Amino acid sequence: MSTQPFGEIWVYLSASPLLGLTVTLLAYQAAHALYQRSGAHPLANPVLVAVAILVGLLQLTATSYETYFAGAQFVHFLLGPATVALAVPLYTQFRRVRSLLLPISAGLLAGSATAIASAVLIARLLDASPATQASLAPKSVTTPIAMGIAERIGGLPSLTAVLVICTGVLGAIAGGKVLSLARVHDPAVRGFALGVAAHGIGTARAFQVSEQTGAFAALAMGLNGLLTALLLPAIAGWLVK
Amino acid sequence: MLAALTTLLLCQLAGEVCVRWLQLPVPGPVAGMLLLFCLLLARGGPGDELKTTSQTLLGHLSLLFVPAGTGIVLHLARVGDEWLALLLALVLSTLATLLVTAWTMQWCRRFGGGDA
Repeated sequence: MSTQPFGEIWVYLSASPLLGLTVTLLAYQAAHALYQRSGAHPLANPVLVAVAILVGLLQLTATSYETYFAGAQFVHFLLGPATVALAVPLYTQFRRVRSLLLPISAGLLAGSATAIASAVLIARLLDASPATQASLAPKSVTTPIAMGIAERIGGLPSLTAVLVICTGVLGAIAGGKVLSLARVHDPAVRGFALGVAAHGIGTARAFQVSEQTGAFAALAMGLNGLLTALLLPAIAGWLVK
Repeated sequence: MLAALTTLLLCQLAGEVCVRWLQLPVPGPVAGMLLLFCLLLARGGPGDELKTTSQTLLGHLSLLFVPAGTGIVLHLARVGDEWLALLLALVLSTLATLLVTAWTMQWCRRFGGGDA
């Protein structure tokens, strides 16, 4: 029986979407196992670890992101249906949401404005380029919304995607501790703040805490996405310099 | 499982169509989420199948952000040049957003809004 040289097998595999998809799932599962073994330590955040593994692999094998994404896009695609599915926990918590209508509206407005203005102004103070400022502006809203906004206001959508992920990971890592230090104990308020500041990754973290925390995070993420999409294109002109 | 996935995709599709047709600034999936929410209100809740499927999908929500996050390889040079501004903007702004949101909500509730 003759065998194919490994070099040729690699040439075939590296051009097929199978490898990018499989490697994404493997990296995530390894990251998830590490997260659980660490006793859910915030620094072992599964998104952070999985991205670090994949970036290392791409650099080591000199694989382009386009080639990798040809496979990983099947995972990326599920973000759409998953966003739609957020309606279910939202419905389950709807009675609680209705009773908190005023705090939710006020928290949303204040939080959304803070997220946009503080990110852009800090970057501007530190002499970041206008494209970088514009890419930072929608950092607290979920990836698909943020990329669309960035494109409209002169940012770089793929840089925005990365900044959004970093924001989410930061919120997931530090959010719980910061809110406890600030003496915020109500699961609904904790969830909502996580969702406004850290979108889907904050929401994913909130679902690990409880269904109620997760539902309020999902609500916050959806509302902040809507508000930022309406607000940011209108004010980007005088904020980003 | 299959029927529930189809429902989710149909809502997303209807959302995409609405957004383009009415030229709304929101992304299709978010419009789809609002549509499904209205559907659930009208029908009086999700069936067991939709409940299980959405729990499965949301249970692995973190995984779905990995491909976009890996896109950082495209921006290593820019990140290298502007890392300090990016780092400070991300950290300080995220902390400020968390605190401002939570404190505003608590403040509103103390002054008469919402249940205890």
